[in-house]
Amino acid sequence: MTEKRHLLSILVDNEPGVLSRITGLFSGRGYNIESLSVAETVDPSISRITMVTKGSPMIIEQINKQLNKLINVIKVSDLTGTKYVQREMALIKVNARSEHRAEILRISDIFRGQVVDVGVEHFTVKVEGDTEKINAVLNLFKPFGIREIARTGGVALPRENK
Amino acid sequence: MELKGAHILLKMLQEEGVDTVFGYPGGAVIDIYDALMEAGDINHILVRHEQGAIHAADGYARASGKVGVCLVTSGPGATNTVTGIASAYMDSIPVVIFTGQVPTALIGNDAFQEVDIVGITRPCTKHNYLVKDVRQLARTIKEAFHIARSGRPGPVLVDLPKDVINATAQFKVPGEVRLKSYNPTYKPNIKQLNKVVDLIQKAKKPVIFSGGGVSLSHGHHELTELARKAQIPVTSSLMGLGGFPGTDSLWLGMLGMHGTFRANMAVSECDLLISAGVRFDDRVTGKVDEFAPHAKIVQIDIDPTSIQKNIPVHVPVVGDCKISLSQLNSLLDKEDLSGVEDQRKSWLDQIEQWKETTPLAYKQGDVIKPQYVIETLYDLTKGDAIIATEVGQNQMWAAQYYHLKEPGHFITSGGLGAMGFGLPAAIGAQAGAPGVLVVDIAGDGSIQMNIQELATAVQYKLPVKVVILNNGFLGMVRQWQELFYERRYSSTKFVHTPDFVKLAEAYGATGLRASKPEEVSAVLAEGIKCEGPVIMDFIVEPEESVYPMVPAGAPIKKMLLV
Repeated sequence: MTEKRHLLSILVDNEPGVLSRITGLFSGRGYNIESLSVAETVDPSISRITMVTKGSPMIIEQINKQLNKLINVIKVSDLTGTKYVQREMALIKVNARSEHRAEILRISDIFRGQVVDVGVEHFTVKVEGDTEKINAVLNLFKPFGIREIARTGGVALPRENK
Repeated sequence: MELKGAHILLKMLQEEGVDTVFGYPGGAVIDIYDALMEAGDINHILVRHEQGAIHAADGYARASGKVGVCLVTSGPGATNTVTGIASAYMDSIPVVIFTGQVPTALIGNDAFQEVDIVGITRPCTKHNYLVKDVRQLARTIKEAFHIARSGRPGPVLVDLPKDVINATAQFKVPGEVRLKSYNPTYKPNIKQLNKVVDLIQKAKKPVIFSGGGVSLSHGHHELTELARKAQIPVTSSLMGLGGFPGTDSLWLGMLGMHGTFRANMAVSECDLLISAGVRFDDRVTGKVDEFAPHAKIVQIDIDPTSIQKNIPVHVPVVGDCKISLSQLNSLLDKEDLSGVEDQRKSWLDQIEQWKETTPLAYKQGDVIKPQYVIETLYDLTKGDAIIATEVGQNQMWAAQYYHLKEPGHFITSGGLGAMGFGLPAAIGAQAGAPGVLVVDIAGDGSIQMNIQELATAVQYKLPVKVVILNNGFLGMVRQWQELFYERRYSSTKFVHTPDFVKLAEAYGATGLRASKPEEVSAVLAEGIKCEGPVIMDFIVEPEESVYPMVPAGAPIKKMLLV
């Protein structure tokens, strides 16, 4: 069976040890975590975990059920195939010698990036968007030499009916 | 009422109906033990090793149907329970484990006898807690018992730092537990059950496959009713033994690696497999692709993760086994089943033929055969004993030759397969079922893993009978070496084994021995009659193997036979 990427939005009790229960479940059963982001929701007793995972339909079904089985997991939504908005942010430290500076700024502008740190030989650019957009920026920056990257995992919410 | 943590714990145990606790004291729990001195209605059984405490709590839970409770100290006390917790988790047994912990101020400092037991047991408990505030203690204990016994049962651990135990708080019995994220589904979807009714009526060659979930939900009467009403033969997993009467004409025997010929054949040929409370373990399915290849598969289970985990299922039913089977029976009552006997005749004849041509078999010669010991035990006790087992050949022969009548009478480490389980579990079972004959069927290997608990049995006058099938080998591994490793017996022969009769006597128990077949019956009869704990040492055929056997990973139809 073919493996597919799934975007899960998981509401959990905001308590110590809960993240460890979830990552332990994934490592113990050999499931994949491609990215993960966790933060409090409007209700401070609840956190939202946004996770990208990969697996065959049978594995994804198990992941869903196994997550639901954890006492601290309140709700699991698989956003894949539904309407949702997703954003991710990346800080990219790129080599910027004088002859390339204008070009880098132009690319950054096209993607509505923002320079957040400047040095004699580098820019640090902040870019937001979905995963594909960030991958596109990284591709364009590559020829200049990327020194470091810090990427947040994706966060996502379902779209409401308009 | 202002109470110390230790007293809140005891109050809550009484509140939950706990009358027996298996434990072992230590620095971190000394205050709980101090409080126990005045708790007259809680019977504390002091084991000799913490692993004994958790297995005993497990055996107690299985035999009594109540939640088993275990109390140990921090650090090594806690880690010694891990094997037993994992075993209870695999077999879905309700136990609550209280572990001592260093004071909260020292947690994380690598203090003396500190270990992160909540971290260690996260993957092998249904849930666990570290109580950091005495005001949360009563509520946490209430939740722990609720989670342990509801839904698919399992072990829950509560870690108790020493300062929490000594702090005081206002005590009030907490109200009913409501967890926003935990709400097991007991009632099945009626639409799904209607599909099952339809399949039962169409099926020509149906089989029921029952498991531990039937026993845990006390659904054995409903199972028997269904099988008889619809004339469907029944097989079960190791954990399901006792869920259906082992003497019924519809009984096929156990399924899987050491299942009976007719059970394995019936499942391989059936056109409908109704499973209830099973998880399709690899020891049952053999090669997954060739498991029940012609069948529509129905799976009834309270735990959605069990469904479709290992094999694709046509009709999933999420629900409690007892409730689901009972509703299924009511639905079938509305149908006309008058023709069912004729409809099933050729299928049941076929099964009878498999039973006649290829029964469970062994040849009793000059040396005692282990199967003969168990058959004789069955004859003498008429199937009324509670049977605990160790793990390995002894466990399989017990499963094959002791025909069980009811659930809670076969106490075995099924999923984890933990050697050393049997004796402490038998002790726990005896505490949970006083007056019932409890027999631990053991090998000379596994009995030595928790033999120290014989002292516990003697001290508390728990008259368990231990049957050692003494072959001088780690028999199951030896059997694999014989069959698949050219008889290269690497580390499976015990060059030195203690004299079990003398050992029994040294512990203050009775020791008996049989070395010839003609002594077996008399030794068993005497052992059963003896008042206190007894070890019966049977010197059996050293290289006897368990048959049938399906080699690991082969289809269950491909059995090695005697």
